[in-house]
Amino acid sequence: MDELALNILDIAYNSVRAQSTLILISIIDSEKKNMIEICIEDNGCGMDTDMVKKVTDPFYTTRTTRQVGLGIPLFKENAELTGGKFYISSKINHGTKVKATFIKDHIDTPILGDIVETMITLIQSNENIDYIFEYKNDDIDFMMKTSEMKDILGDVKINEPEVLLWIKDYMKEGLPK
Amino acid sequence: MKSLEDLKKIREEAQNRMTMRLDDEQKYRVVVGMATCGIAAGARPVLNTIVEEVAKEKLPVTVLQTGCIGLYTLEPIVEVFDKEGNKTTYVLVDVEKAKEIVRRHLIQGEVIEDYTVGKYKK
Repeated sequence: MDELALNILDIAYNSVRAQSTLILISIIDSEKKNMIEICIEDNGCGMDTDMVKKVTDPFYTTRTTRQVGLGIPLFKENAELTGGKFYISSKINHGTKVKATFIKDHIDTPILGDIVETMITLIQSNENIDYIFEYKNDDIDFMMKTSEMKDILGDVKINEPEVLLWIKDYMKEGLPK
Repeated sequence: MKSLEDLKKIREEAQNRMTMRLDDEQKYRVVVGMATCGIAAGARPVLNTIVEEVAKEKLPVTVLQTGCIGLYTLEPIVEVFDKEGNKTTYVLVDVEKAKEIVRRHLIQGEVIEDYTVGKYKK
C-alpha cells in the first residue's frame, strides 16, 4: 500500500466488522514535530489479549477461507520501518484503539494520500456507523462528525450518492491541498 | 464555503426523488470487493468513481461494498446484479473501465464481455 490513507481504510474496516457504531479517525501531520500520527479507535466488540497478540502476526486472520490476514501487520511494519511506533489496545465489549506514528521525513514514510476518498468509502459502506474525523497540521484543525450531518439529513441516508458527493467537496474545502 | 446547512437542500431534493422512486425500483445492484487485496489493487477509486457517476447521472442503482470476493489476482472486482438476479463479474477494473461499466452496462444495459471474469478464465 503506497499511501497511508489506504492503510487507514483497511484498518477502519476491522472496526466496521467489529460491529462498531462509532469510529474515530484522527491524523496529526506535523512538520514541526516531524511526525505523522494516525489513530483509529472504535466502540466495537473488542478483542482479548491473546487475540490482540495474534492480529499483529501476519499469519493470523479471523477469516476461514484463507490463512493470512495482512491489514494490521502491514500497518505496523510501515510505521516501524520509518522509525515510528505502533500501538494496539483492546477490551472485549468496549472497543479497539490502533495508533501508529511515522517519522515524516523518513524515506520509507508513504505519502498520506487521498484521505477524502478513504472517508467517503467508509461512510458509503454502512449508514449506521458514525464517524468522527479529525485532521490537524501545524496550521489547521479540521473536524467532521457524521452524526451532525445525519441530524440535518433526517430520513435521507448519509450514504446516498448525492450526499457523499457533498461530503467529498466539504472535506476538500476544509483540508489542505 | 460549504456549510452543514447545505445538507438541508440535499435532503429536500432527495426526499422529492424518493417519493418518485422506491427501493424496489432500483434497476441494478453493484458490489465492489473492498478487502485488503481489493484495496491494495486499487478498489477504492473504482468504488468512488461508480458512486460519483451514479450520483451525477441519477441512476436507479444501489452501490454496495463487500469483503474479499476470492479472486485476488483479478482484483479490483465489480459485480453487477440485475433485477432478475443475473450476475456479471467484472475483473481487473480500473477507473476508466468503471466509467465504461457505468455508461455501457448501467445506463445502456449492455454486458461488456471483454472485462468479465469469463474472458480471463478462458
